[in-house]
Amino acid sequence: MTDTNARQLAAEVIRISGADPKKCMKCGKCTATCPAFEEMDYHPHQFVDLVDKGQVEKLMNAKGIWTCLSCFACLERCPRMVEPARLIEAVRVAVIRQQGMNHLKPQDIPELLDENLPQQAITSAFRKYAK
Amino acid sequence: MVFSYFPGCTLKTKAKDLDLYTRKSSEALGLTLEELPEWQCCGAVYPQPRDEIATKLSSIRSLAAARDLGRDLVTVCSACHHVIKRVNRDVQTDADMAFKANNYLQLETPYHGETRVLHYLEVLRDVVGFDRLAERVVHPLKGRKIGAYYGCLLLRPSREMEFDNPENPTILEDFIRAIGAEPVLYANRNECCGGYITLEDRPLAVKRASAVTASARAQGAECLITACPLCLYNLRENARDHLEICYFTELLAEALGVKEGGGPQ
Amino acid sequence: MQRIGVFVCWCGTNIAATVDVEAVAEALSHEPGVVYSTNYQYMCSQAGQDMIRDAIREYQLGGIVICSCSPRMHETTFRKTAERAGLNPYMVEIANIREQCSWIHKDKATGTEKAIILGRAAIAKVHLNAPLIAGESPVTKRALVIGGGIAGIQTALDIADAGFPVDIVEKKPTIGGKMAQIDKTFPTLDCAACILTPKMVDAAQNENIRILSYSEVESVKGFVGNFHVTIRRKARYVKEDVCTGCGLCTEKCPQKKVPNEFNLGLDNRRAIYIPFAQAVPKVATIDPGYCTMLKTGKCGVCAKVCTAGAIDYKQQDTFLEEEYGAIVVATGFNPIKLDRYEEYAYAQSPDVVTSLEFERLMNAAGPTGGTLLRPSDGQHPHTLVFVQCVGSRETRDCGKPYCSKICCMYTAKHAMLCREKYPDTEVYVFYIDVRTPGKNFDEFYRRAVEEYGVHYIKGMVGKVIPEGGKLKVQAADLLSNEQLHIDADMVILAAAIEPDESARSLATMLTASMDTNDFFTEAHPKLRPVESPTAGIFLSGVCQGPKDIPETVAQAGAAASKVIGLLVKDKLTCNPCVAEADELMCNGCSSCEKVCPYGAITYQDKEFRGPNRTTLLRRVAQVNPAVCQGCGACTVACPSGAMDLKGFSTSQIMAEVDAICK
Repeated sequence: MTDTNARQLAAEVIRISGADPKKCMKCGKCTATCPAFEEMDYHPHQFVDLVDKGQVEKLMNAKGIWTCLSCFACLERCPRMVEPARLIEAVRVAVIRQQGMNHLKPQDIPELLDENLPQQAITSAFRKYAK
Repeated sequence: MVFSYFPGCTLKTKAKDLDLYTRKSSEALGLTLEELPEWQCCGAVYPQPRDEIATKLSSIRSLAAARDLGRDLVTVCSACHHVIKRVNRDVQTDADMAFKANNYLQLETPYHGETRVLHYLEVLRDVVGFDRLAERVVHPLKGRKIGAYYGCLLLRPSREMEFDNPENPTILEDFIRAIGAEPVLYANRNECCGGYITLEDRPLAVKRASAVTASARAQGAECLITACPLCLYNLRENARDHLEICYFTELLAEALGVKEGGGPQ
Repeated sequence: MQRIGVFVCWCGTNIAATVDVEAVAEALSHEPGVVYSTNYQYMCSQAGQDMIRDAIREYQLGGIVICSCSPRMHETTFRKTAERAGLNPYMVEIANIREQCSWIHKDKATGTEKAIILGRAAIAKVHLNAPLIAGESPVTKRALVIGGGIAGIQTALDIADAGFPVDIVEKKPTIGGKMAQIDKTFPTLDCAACILTPKMVDAAQNENIRILSYSEVESVKGFVGNFHVTIRRKARYVKEDVCTGCGLCTEKCPQKKVPNEFNLGLDNRRAIYIPFAQAVPKVATIDPGYCTMLKTGKCGVCAKVCTAGAIDYKQQDTFLEEEYGAIVVATGFNPIKLDRYEEYAYAQSPDVVTSLEFERLMNAAGPTGGTLLRPSDGQHPHTLVFVQCVGSRETRDCGKPYCSKICCMYTAKHAMLCREKYPDTEVYVFYIDVRTPGKNFDEFYRRAVEEYGVHYIKGMVGKVIPEGGKLKVQAADLLSNEQLHIDADMVILAAAIEPDESARSLATMLTASMDTNDFFTEAHPKLRPVESPTAGIFLSGVCQGPKDIPETVAQAGAAASKVIGLLVKDKLTCNPCVAEADELMCNGCSSCEKVCPYGAITYQDKEFRGPNRTTLLRRVAQVNPAVCQGCGACTVACPSGAMDLKGFSTSQIMAEVDAICK
C-alpha cells in the first residue's frame, strides 16, 4: 500500500468512526480497562495510535477487531473522549465491507447453537461480523 | 398509565420469563404496556459507524410508531434499549442521518426523535417511584443478598444512555431495596459478561462471565439479577461459578405476589 | 473639527506580518480631520512615545488615534504620553489592530482592510471625545483577606508588617487551611506543621491582624479604596473571648460519632471540637448538626465541665460591618469528588484513598498516629499503588481539563516516604507524564526512582476490584504494551483539585471575573498575575490557579505588596469615564438604579422651571462619580436615553458603527 493510499484509508476510518485520535494524550486507560486485553493482539491504545499514524492495514489484519467486546469501557473511561471502541469498530467495518470478507457465515451458525443461546447473540454476531 | 411496549425478539423466544414477568408486574402496578403493533428486531447491536443508515431503520420504525400513538416507548431488554435509545438520539442530533433515514422510510409524518425511550427500570424509578413500589410489595424478599448486574449496555456510553452514573449506578440497588432484599455491591457489576463473543471465542466469554460471578460471590451475593438475555446466558452457561442468575422482573413479580399462576415452561 | 494624528504600530511582526502598516497609515491620512499619519515598529517604546509627543506639539493635535494592541495592554501608556505633550489623556483612542485583527487573520489583504476600518472607527470616535478630568476618592487604610490558609496568612502577615490593619475571614473554626493537613512538604521533606503553625501564631499575635474565624463574607459593596463588607460571624455556641482552649469539653462530650473533617472522615470527633491541637484561635466550636443539646435541649455536658463558663447555647449568628480599601481573595481549593471514578472502587473499599487522606494516614497527628495502616483492617500494607491524574487533564465533564500541577510532586513524596519508613513495601506509581518543573523537583522525583526503588509505570489504572481482602488493580504498562494485574493493599488516588465551592458566589459579590473552571482571572496573565481585573481585588494562592506552597507564598507576598501599594495612597484617581444622567430627559423610573451593580445611582427630587413661571418637582437620577465604575449597564437600561457614559457616549459609539459600515 502506498503512503497516499494508507493516508486515505486512515482518513476514511476516522470519518466513519466519528472519533478523533488526535485528542489522545497517551494515558493508556483504554488498554488498562479493556476486558479482552489478552485476546487482542493490538490493544485499544494501539488502535488510536496506529490510525493516527495512518497504519490501518496492520489493524485490518489484527485479531483484535474480532475479539473487541464492544463493551464501551474504553469509550466511557477515556479522559479525553477519544472513543477507541469507535475506531476499532470502524476498522472492522472497513474489513467486512470488502467483498467476501464476512467473518461469520450463515453456514457456520448451526454448530454454534445450543439450547439456551438467545437469538440476540446470533443477531449481534451477524451484525458485528458480517455485512 | 399507558405505554407502548417493545419486547424484542429474544423476549418472544428464549427470554419469555423476562417478558412475562414484566407484563405481570406492570399490571400489578397499574401500568399498561401495550405491545407495539408489527414491531421489528432492533438489530441487537448499535451500529457505531457514522455512515450506517439501513441498520437503524427498524428502530426508527418502532420509534415512529410509538410517536404516532402518542406514547413513551418502554423497553426491558438491555440490548433493545441500548440500540433504540441511541438510534433515537442519532435522529435527534445528526440531521444528515435523520434526513437520509426519512428518505428511506417515507413515513406519513417524518420522524425527528419525538419519542421518549424508557427502560422498564426507569419507569419503576421515575414513574412508579421506588418508595411507592416498596409499598406495593406483598412478599418482601427479606434476607436475600442480591447483586445487581448492570453489564455494559444500560450504562454506556453514559453521555448517550443517560441512565445512571456509569461507574457507580444505583438504580438496580434501589430496586433491590424496594423489593425488600439486600443489595450487594461488587466491582464487576458494570463489567462485560462477554456478550456476543461467546460465538467467536468461548473461552473469552467464560473468562469474562466468571470474573463477574467471582467478584459478586466474593462480596457475598447469592443471586444476580439482570435485564439482558445475553448476560443471563453468559452468566448461567459460561461462568465457572454457578451463581443463581435471574431477570429482575422475576423477583419483582415474586415480591408483588404475581409470580405464580401461568408461569412459563 | 479636531486636528487628528494617527500612529500605526507594527508591534514588531505581530501586526506588520499580517497588516500592511504603511498602507493603513496612508489610507487613514485621508480621513476627515487627520493632519498627520505615520507608522513605527514599536509605538510603546521610548522612541515611539517621543514620536507621538513631538507630533502632538508640532501639528497641534487635538486628538490622537493609536492603531496598536488591545487598550487593556497600553491605553494607560499612551494616555500618559498625551498628557506629557499637554493633551488631555482622554483625547486618545486605541484601534486594536493586533488581538482583533492581525492575530486572527492570516491573509494580509484582509488584515489590512480590517485594520483600516478599525482605524477609521477610532478616528470617528475621537472627533467626539471631550477632555475629561479624573476625580479623586479617599482610601480606607485597611485590608480584608478572604481565606485563612497559607495564602491568606502570608498575605495578611506581609500587609500587617507594612503597618496596615488586616482582617482574615476564615469559614472554618481555625486558620491553617490545607497546609495544616499536610504531613511533609516537597522537595525538602520538612514537616508542614513545623513551618505553618509558627506563622499561624504570628498571625494571631500580630496586633495589625484580626482573625475572624468561623465567619463568611455576606456581601460586598463599594469600590477600590472604599469597600463596605458585611461579615457573618457564625454562632460557634462558645464565647471566643472566654474559652481557654483547655479541651475538656471535647473529651467529655457524649456525642462521639461525628466524622472528623480535619482527618477527612477517617476517624470521629465529638460534637464540640477543636479541629487540631495547634488550631488558631484555639477555641472550641459546637457542631449544631450533631449537638444533642442544640437539637433536643437535653445534655449540657460541655457547659457543666467548662470551668471558664464559655458555653453559650443561645448564641446567634452576628453580622459585622466593616470598611476596607482592598480585598484579597485566598479561598483555596478542594480535591474533586470521586463519585464518577468508581472504577477505582473509592466508595467500595476504605483502602482506596485520596492523596489528601493519605497525608492524614502518614501524619503523626492523624488517625493512626503516623503509622501507615490499612483503613479496612488496621494491618500494615505491603503493596501500594498510586494513580496520578485522577480527574486532571480530562475533557469529560466529570473531570478538569487542566493539570492540577501539585500531584506529580506529592505522589513522588508519598512514594518516597513510604519506601523510607517501610522498606518492606512495594510501591507503584502509574503516570501519564511526570511533570516536575521547579527548583530541585526533578531531582526529587528521580531520587524516588533511583534511591528508593519506587516503580514508576507509564500508563493508567483502568479498574480496581476489591476481592479477597486485596485490591486487584488492572492497569496498562504502555512501554511494555502489557496489561498489569497487581494485588494491592492500598490504592491512592491523586484526585484533581478544584477551586473551593465558595469561590463562584464570592466572585459575583466582588464582580471579579472567573474562568470556565472557576479560577479567578488575573488582570494580565503575565504582567499582572496577582490582581483581578476589578480594581482593589487581589488574588492569592490556588483560587487563581493550581500551585504548590512555595508558589503560593510567593504570590501571597506579591498580592500583599500590591495591596500595600494601594493602601499607602491617600487618594485614588477615579476613572472619569462614568455615567451621567441628563436631568431633563430622565423620567425617574429607577431602571438604572436597579441594574447598577455598584449602587452608584440614587434619586433626588429637584426643582425645574416649568412653563408659565411654574416650578415642577421632578425625581431624577444622580450618579455618584466616585462609586460609578463606568460599566454602562444603566445606559442600556434607561428607557428614555437620559443616561450616557462619558468617553463612551451613545453618539460616539454610533459614530464608530457608522464609520465601520461606511
